[in-house]
Amino acid sequence: MSISPAWYLGLSTVLFAIGAVGVLVRRNVLIMFMCVELMLNAANLAFVTFARTLHDIGGQVLVFFVLVVAAAEVVVGLGIVVAIFRRRASANADDLHLMKG
Amino acid sequence: MLHLTYLIILLPLVGFGILLAAGRRLGDPAAGWVGTIAVVASFAVSVGVYLSLLQVNAPVRSYGQDLWSWIPVDRLQVHAALYVDPLSMTMVLFITGISSLIHLYSIGYMKGDRDFPKFFLYMNLFVASMLILVLGSNLLVTFVGWEGVGTCSYWLVSFWFTRDSAASAGKKAFVYNRIGDVGFLLAIFLVWSKVHTFDYQVIFANIDKIGSANITAICLLLLVGVMGKSAQIPLFPWLADAMEGPTPVSALIHAATMVTAGVYLLCRVSPLLHASPSAELTIAIVGAATAFVAATIACAQQDIKKVLAYSTVSQLGYMFLAIGCGAYTAAIFLMVAHAFFKGLLFLGAGSVIHGLHDEQDLKRMGNLRAYLPITFITFAIGWLCIAAVPPLSGFWAKGDILDNTWAAHPGLWVVGIVTAALTAYYMSRLTGLAFFGRDRWAGADDGPVPDAAHAHHADGHSSEPHESPWIMTVPLWILSFFAAVAGVMAISGSRFSLANWVDPVFGSNLFHDNLSSSAEWTLAIIDAVVAIVFVLIGLRLWSTRSERPALEASFLRGAWYINELYDTVFGRPSERLAAFCADVVDPKVIDGAVNGVAGAFRGSGSLLRRTQTGYVRNYLVGIMFGAVVILGFMLTRMWWG
Repeated sequence: MSISPAWYLGLSTVLFAIGAVGVLVRRNVLIMFMCVELMLNAANLAFVTFARTLHDIGGQVLVFFVLVVAAAEVVVGLGIVVAIFRRRASANADDLHLMKG
Repeated sequence: MLHLTYLIILLPLVGFGILLAAGRRLGDPAAGWVGTIAVVASFAVSVGVYLSLLQVNAPVRSYGQDLWSWIPVDRLQVHAALYVDPLSMTMVLFITGISSLIHLYSIGYMKGDRDFPKFFLYMNLFVASMLILVLGSNLLVTFVGWEGVGTCSYWLVSFWFTRDSAASAGKKAFVYNRIGDVGFLLAIFLVWSKVHTFDYQVIFANIDKIGSANITAICLLLLVGVMGKSAQIPLFPWLADAMEGPTPVSALIHAATMVTAGVYLLCRVSPLLHASPSAELTIAIVGAATAFVAATIACAQQDIKKVLAYSTVSQLGYMFLAIGCGAYTAAIFLMVAHAFFKGLLFLGAGSVIHGLHDEQDLKRMGNLRAYLPITFITFAIGWLCIAAVPPLSGFWAKGDILDNTWAAHPGLWVVGIVTAALTAYYMSRLTGLAFFGRDRWAGADDGPVPDAAHAHHADGHSSEPHESPWIMTVPLWILSFFAAVAGVMAISGSRFSLANWVDPVFGSNLFHDNLSSSAEWTLAIIDAVVAIVFVLIGLRLWSTRSERPALEASFLRGAWYINELYDTVFGRPSERLAAFCADVVDPKVIDGAVNGVAGAFRGSGSLLRRTQTGYVRNYLVGIMFGAVVILGFMLTRMWWG
């Protein structure tokens, strides 16, 4: 007796919404990062669900691509965060608005 | 030797090349000798080609030399080709011959000039261009030479370009010539559109295809072209200003050769002219009017070179009158004789100017025959030639033209004979003022003695007029010999007869006056009497006194105020147009467009920069919003698509 795919998709939607709202409302760079990861993995969950439902291995393959991209993004992103933190001793995203036009 | 025709042009070009590469190193006078030798060599080749052409046995002696295919584009096939016939050969002989003499003279005249090598550089290029002009076998090759001589004329007129007047005189000559060139170019286009060729002989063979209205149009457009080059009404004022150039330039370019290019071109296209009587009449009237107007102006000029310049314009008018009557041989005859005696007169004037340390004002000369004997004798021969005193060449040449005019247009003959009287008068006035009477030059006993005026002649010159060196007097002697005896070309049947030589070129296009021998004698006697009487009047009036205000109306001194007229009609409105462009069009329209574009981008940029807050969350909202819009679009397409 398997669980209906709708539940997985619902969970995926909820996770994505949490991530999106988190990115928009939080100021801490690290939290924003985690929220981005949350959104990526929500998308992964949806991919896996569809792969399983539709019997298409492509969805699972795509998940691996997303994981690789996410890993790379984290490496670069955390590097930048560490560099900024060294200079400013702050992880507040709103402090960084040097690019204001 | 006919196949060596190309050398005639190549040799002066080689001289030009050498002077271009090494002129400064050769310096004064070696550069002058290089230039002179190049032209003399060209003359030697010309004589060889002439002798070979004499051997050709054909109704019309001619030789064509196709050098290379110049513009091979579909139907437009233009060859760099030369064409030698008695007409172009006559031109080549007197161009190279007189150029040789004037080059030699220039070595003396230009001695010590800062740009001595550059002078010969331009002169050689000029000779080459002039030879291209006369030897070209199609309109385009002729046009190349035509523009070449115009350019060299510009360079040489403004040779002493540090003087303002010389620089603007060069510009003036160039602009007037450009106006004429427009007519020439349009004529070439019209010829092409009708017969699809530029080659003279092919054009003449297909003359029926052009249509008589088009032939008249072509002839009149060509007339505009030659008006500019040969200084005819209304495009003549530039020639007087062109006297700002060194005197050998005036002698070579603005008397003997370049200004006769128009006469040559009209003779070259004689079949076209013959097919259009109205164009011929126009040319005759323009010529007669120019001859008369320029002669009246010459009567009141004070600058020795200006008198000669207007006299050149007047003589060119005679040649046009002859062409308008269809008497091409007479036009060529006067052209050749004129090249000799006007070249001689200019070189003589140059010798006077040289001897008087750059004095050109006739009123400050006087009694120069005592100081410049050789110049005086040679100049006097030129003077009597141009005044048409028998038996010198001018009498025969001018008589030939007047006879033909009498037979063709008796009304214009009256203008011609009046002009002949004026010619005799003003040339005697010039001679009287310069060579007779009291010493009036600066430094003469009874003249004013400026203290510092001659400081720059401290290099051994006294302020007294001095005779020129041999290098300048030898060309004077040679030219005066030819000026005196060129009349033998009028003797029909002799081996020097010009008519025997060039008449076949014109064939049936040539006008024959068919005057009875008594009519010819009468006309000749009228010519001779008019010439002698007016020479005596002019000499009598002007060798005794140098001021006769009644005879020098300011209207004539001001050249019929033609320059002022052009200034008012063309110059001022053009200046106003230019000022309008500078003050209104440029700041408002041009700058307005440029600044407007910049302003529009600056304005939109300052609006758009507000979106760049620098806060990551704002950008994220944008991304989210975009994602929602795309998603919404896809959903609506799904439901309603």
